[in-house]
Amino acid sequence: MTSALGLPLRRPSVLPGFGLALGFTLVYLGLVVLVPLAALVLKTAGLGWAGFWALATDPRTLSALRLSFGTALAAAAINLVFGLLVAWVLVRYDFPGRRLVDAMIDLPFALPTAVAGIALASLYAPNGPIGALAAMAGLRIAFTPLGIVVALTFVSLPFVVRTIQPVLEEIDRELEEAAATLGAGRLATLRRVILPTLVPAMLTGFALALARAVGEYGSVIFIAGNIPYVSEIAPLLIVIRLEEFHYQAATALACDMLAVSFALLLAINLVQAWSRGRFGHV
Amino acid sequence: MQIRIQNLRKDFAATAALRDVSLEVRSGELIALLGPSGSGKTTLLRLIAGLERPTHGRIFFGEEDASSLSVQERNVGFVFQHYALFRHMSVLDNIGFGLRVRPRARRPSRNAIRARALELLDLVQLSGLEERFPSQLSGGQRQRVALARALAIEPRVLLLDEPFGALDAKVRKDLRRWLRDIHDRTGHTTVFVTHDQDEALELADRVVVMSNGRIDQVGTADEIYEQPASPAVFSFIGESSVLPVQVKRGWIYLDDRALDLRVDCPDGPAELYLRPHDIDVVESHAGAIPGIVSAVRRQGGIRRLELETGARRTRVEVAIPADQTRSFAGRVSLRPRRWRVYPLNGGGLQSGGDQAGA
Repeated sequence: MTSALGLPLRRPSVLPGFGLALGFTLVYLGLVVLVPLAALVLKTAGLGWAGFWALATDPRTLSALRLSFGTALAAAAINLVFGLLVAWVLVRYDFPGRRLVDAMIDLPFALPTAVAGIALASLYAPNGPIGALAAMAGLRIAFTPLGIVVALTFVSLPFVVRTIQPVLEEIDRELEEAAATLGAGRLATLRRVILPTLVPAMLTGFALALARAVGEYGSVIFIAGNIPYVSEIAPLLIVIRLEEFHYQAATALACDMLAVSFALLLAINLVQAWSRGRFGHV
Repeated sequence: MQIRIQNLRKDFAATAALRDVSLEVRSGELIALLGPSGSGKTTLLRLIAGLERPTHGRIFFGEEDASSLSVQERNVGFVFQHYALFRHMSVLDNIGFGLRVRPRARRPSRNAIRARALELLDLVQLSGLEERFPSQLSGGQRQRVALARALAIEPRVLLLDEPFGALDAKVRKDLRRWLRDIHDRTGHTTVFVTHDQDEALELADRVVVMSNGRIDQVGTADEIYEQPASPAVFSFIGESSVLPVQVKRGWIYLDDRALDLRVDCPDGPAELYLRPHDIDVVESHAGAIPGIVSAVRRQGGIRRLELETGARRTRVEVAIPADQTRSFAGRVSLRPRRWRVYPLNGGGLQSGGDQAGA
C-alpha cells in the first residue's frame, strides 16, 4: 500500500487503521504537547530578540539554569551507577524480602514530592540526624546544591531501575557461560559482555531520570534553601518571576530550559540510535 | 586430550541428575551423549566444562585432575544450542573474544588475533561475513560462528550441547557432515549432546546412551544398534515392538504356543523385542508368531503392517518392501530374523538370542 504521493509509508499489516492511528497520534500530540509549548514560544517571541536575550542571559537566570542542569546531571549519573546495582541485585539474587524491596523502588513515584522534600530537609538539616553527622565531618548538605542532588537522586531513582530491570532479566545466562568458557574472568565478562548489552537501557534510564530531575520542583524547594546564585533552581525562579508579575522573564527562562532539555534528550536519543544500530534488533 | 570421568554424581536440590557415572573418552574421539530429555546428558557435558560442580566424583583431562579447575582454567570449547553469540560484537570480534580476554602476557597481538579469527572464519566457510553482526546471520551461520569462537582458544576438548537442535532438518544434515569434516581436520577430542539418534549414530565414533542419570551403554553405532544392552536402549534406538513372552527350558512361548526361537536365559516371564524391518511375513507354520493385520500403510519405499498378536492383542509393526504385492489381510504368520529377549524379573540384563536358526 502506498500513500497518495506514492511513498511506501507502511508495510502491509493484518491490523488495518494506519490512517486513523496516525491522525489520532498527531492530533493528540498536538493538543497535549505542542500547543502549550507553542504558546510558550509565541509568548516569548513577543519579547523581541534583544529583549529575550537580555532576560535569558540575566546572571541570576544563568546561575539557576546551571544549578538545575548540573544537579540533575549529577543525580542521573549517581542513579545510573547505583540504580544499575539495585536492578542487578533484584534480578540476579533471590533473598527474603526481595518483593518488598522491589515494591519500595516505586515509592518515590507515588509519594507527593513535597512530602519527600520535607522529610529529606528534616533529615539532612544541620540539626537533623543525618545532617548532624555530616556537620561533624564538616559537610553541609541541606540548603546547599548537595542537598538538591540528594532530593533529585531520590525522585529519579525508579526511572533507572525500572528501565534496566526488564532488559537485565532478558540477558541470557548462556552469554556469561560462553564468556567464561572462553576464558573471560568476572570483570571482563561484566565489562565486555553484560554492560554493552545494557547500554541502550542505561541511556534510556539516564535520560528519563535527567528529564524528571530537571523539572523537579516540590521536593527541592524544601531542602535547597533557595538562596539566589547558590541554591535557587530554575523552576523555582520561574515561580518567583510569576509572583513578581514579571511574565516575560518567566517565559524566557522557560524557553531556555526547553531548549537545553530538548538538546540533551535529542543527544541521548542519537547516541541510543547509534548503539541500537550496532546491536541489531534489541 | 583424553577425558576420564570417575564416579561422577550431581544432585540438584533433592533430585539426582547424574548418578555415579564413569566414562573414558579417548584422545581425538568424537563421542555422542544420547538420551531422552532428563537423562542427565547435558548435566554431564556441563560438568566436564566446569559450568557445574559435581556433588562428588572426579574429571581428568589427560593426567591432570580438572575437577578443581574453574571454567576459565579448563580451557574447553563450548558450543550452546542457542549459539550464545555476543550480539553487540561483529562476527570477527566474537571469534576473537577468547583471545582478547587473555591476560596480557599470553595475549596475541591485535593483528595476530585478527589473522587467527579470519583463518577460523575460513575453516567454517563463512569468509566475507566478518563484519556482520549475529542478528544478520541465519541460524546455521550463527552456529558456525559459535564453533569458530570455541575453536579460537585452542581448547583441550570441544563440547557441544545439542548444537543442531534449533536448526531445520536440511541445515542439520549439512552441518552434521560438516562438523564431522572439521573434527577429522582439527582432531579435537569432541563430546556432543543430542536427543536425535540419527545424528548420534551417523556422526559419532562411539555413542553413550543415557537414561535416568545413568549410562546404559557405550559403544559404536553397530554395537548400540545390534546388541542393545538393555530394553531401554533397544526401545530408545530405532523402532521396536515388544511382546510379553515366557521362557521355558530355553524356548520362547507366546501364550501357550512355542515359538521357533531358542534363547539362553533362565525360565520365567520375559519381553521379546523386535524391530519392524527384522520380521518376515511367512506361510503359516507351527513356530511362527500368529497375527491379525489391522492396518496397512504405504510409507516411501516400504509397506508398514500393523498387527495384533497373542491373547493380549499386543501391537506389532512390520516393515516390508513396498514391491511385495501380495495382499495382506486377516491372519498372517511372522518370523523374526533378529530379536532380543530380556527377562522381566531376572534383574540382570542378560539377553537371549539373535539371528533365528532357520
